Amino acid sequence: MSNNKKKKLTPTQQEYQQFANNREVVKRPLLKNCIKAFLVGGIICVIGQLISTFYMYFFKFTEQNVGNPTVATLIFITMLLTGFGVYDRLAQFAGAGSAVPVTGFGNAVISAAIEHRTEGFVLGVGGNIFKLAGPVIVFGVFSAFIVALIKTILIQWGGL
Amino acid sequence: MLAGHRTWIFENKPVIISTGTVGGPFEADGSIPEDFDLLHSDMWIGQDSFEKAHKILLDEACQKAIEKAGVQKEQIQFFLAGDLINQITPTSFSASQLGAPYLGLFSACSTSMEGLALSALIVNSKGANYVLTGASSHNAAVEKQFRYPTEYGGQKPATSQWTVTGGGVALLSNQGDGPKVTSATIGKIVDMGMSDPFNMGGAMAPAAVDTIEAHFKERGVDATYYDLIITGDLAHVGREVAIDLFKKHGTTINEDQFVDCGLTIYREGQPVLAGASGAACSAVVAYGHFLNRMKKGELNRILVVATGALLSPLSSQQKETIPCIAHAVSIENGGA
Repeated sequence: MSNNKKKKLTPTQQEYQQFANNREVVKRPLLKNCIKAFLVGGIICVIGQLISTFYMYFFKFTEQNVGNPTVATLIFITMLLTGFGVYDRLAQFAGAGSAVPVTGFGNAVISAAIEHRTEGFVLGVGGNIFKLAGPVIVFGVFSAFIVALIKTILIQWGGL
Repeated sequence: MLAGHRTWIFENKPVIISTGTVGGPFEADGSIPEDFDLLHSDMWIGQDSFEKAHKILLDEACQKAIEKAGVQKEQIQFFLAGDLINQITPTSFSASQLGAPYLGLFSACSTSMEGLALSALIVNSKGANYVLTGASSHNAAVEKQFRYPTEYGGQKPATSQWTVTGGGVALLSNQGDGPKVTSATIGKIVDMGMSDPFNMGGAMAPAAVDTIEAHFKERGVDATYYDLIITGDLAHVGREVAIDLFKKHGTTINEDQFVDCGLTIYREGQPVLAGASGAACSAVVAYGHFLNRMKKGELNRILVVATGALLSPLSSQQKETIPCIAHAVSIENGGA
């Protein structure tokens, strides 16, 4: 918590925060989580690599364009795992390991679509499908724009 | 009769003549399945939305309570209940089916005891002969409302809790056999500036401690008066904090007599992290498990302290702190 926010709390509240938050269980096991995320995230990438190699070996894909069918396949697998209720259990174990790869993005979209099916296709699925993935798209596109702007400026006037 | 500032002593001793408890598949797999009147193996209960399934949980709990008491549905004079969904619609739909005059309550996970305290007050003051009160929650419907989609893969910290799928109601009357409601202490909002919605036990513990200490003081008893002091859903984190707070305040309370519904309902090994929560948690465990133990004579006097974190998804996104509350109701066997 930032110092700025802490200032708004009364002394009693601050004392309690100290009291309640200095406990083993409240602190997240950072190292353990990192190792688990590394292993699961790594395994997902290995699977992705296998799929890529498969497409390149059996179909006419090159290293440049094999990315698209690989991502599509991974997202399709995620869709099945999400629908059958397996992905969220994997995520509880893996944390960032299953959230950062493209499968995590797929899960965020698919789970929201399933969840809001009861409110109808337009306002339910349509309105909520990007509820969780929306921020990723918004800030992904925005930061890509900023980076492209910097690059353009450097090329035009920086003489790169 | 008011004792102190916020404790009611019920001299006419309203009787809990029957209870009804319903649970879902996860509860059936838990540690107290035999204390439920009805358990469902399907989260959907044959409905096309989780919210409809949520309503069925409360419907069936009401039916069971009415059936077990041997009264007619028409004899129910008031219905006081609530849940966690926006504008408590599952409870209102259920009340529409019941047809009794209805007071909707919202007090998050402390709804059960808020309802029991108010119902006891109505019955005690001869405002009615039969009052039905309860609370319900549905894991998937509540997760959808407060957190992420059910199938979303977000890692939850060890302090987070699992919402109970179930419904628990009690039928109060001024005559009949059963455990009696003897007093109630109404909680005040206690806000210790905690704002993590994944650590509600830690946020609610001071509220529970505040209400319990006020109850002891105003009723003029101490912890030894009760066989058990049962908190609603403090779970591992909150219970531990509460025990430390009692020590700090110099209130003697035996750790063995200080139990939590959120730690009673599930067994070791179920992936519930810190423990259970939800409006149904205190309702099904108190009305099911602990009242059954009272009827068997294993317990004579209990104090049920349902704790509630009165946050909304909006307030927590706006980084507001969590206002917490706890309501205590004492239930005793016999006339004393």
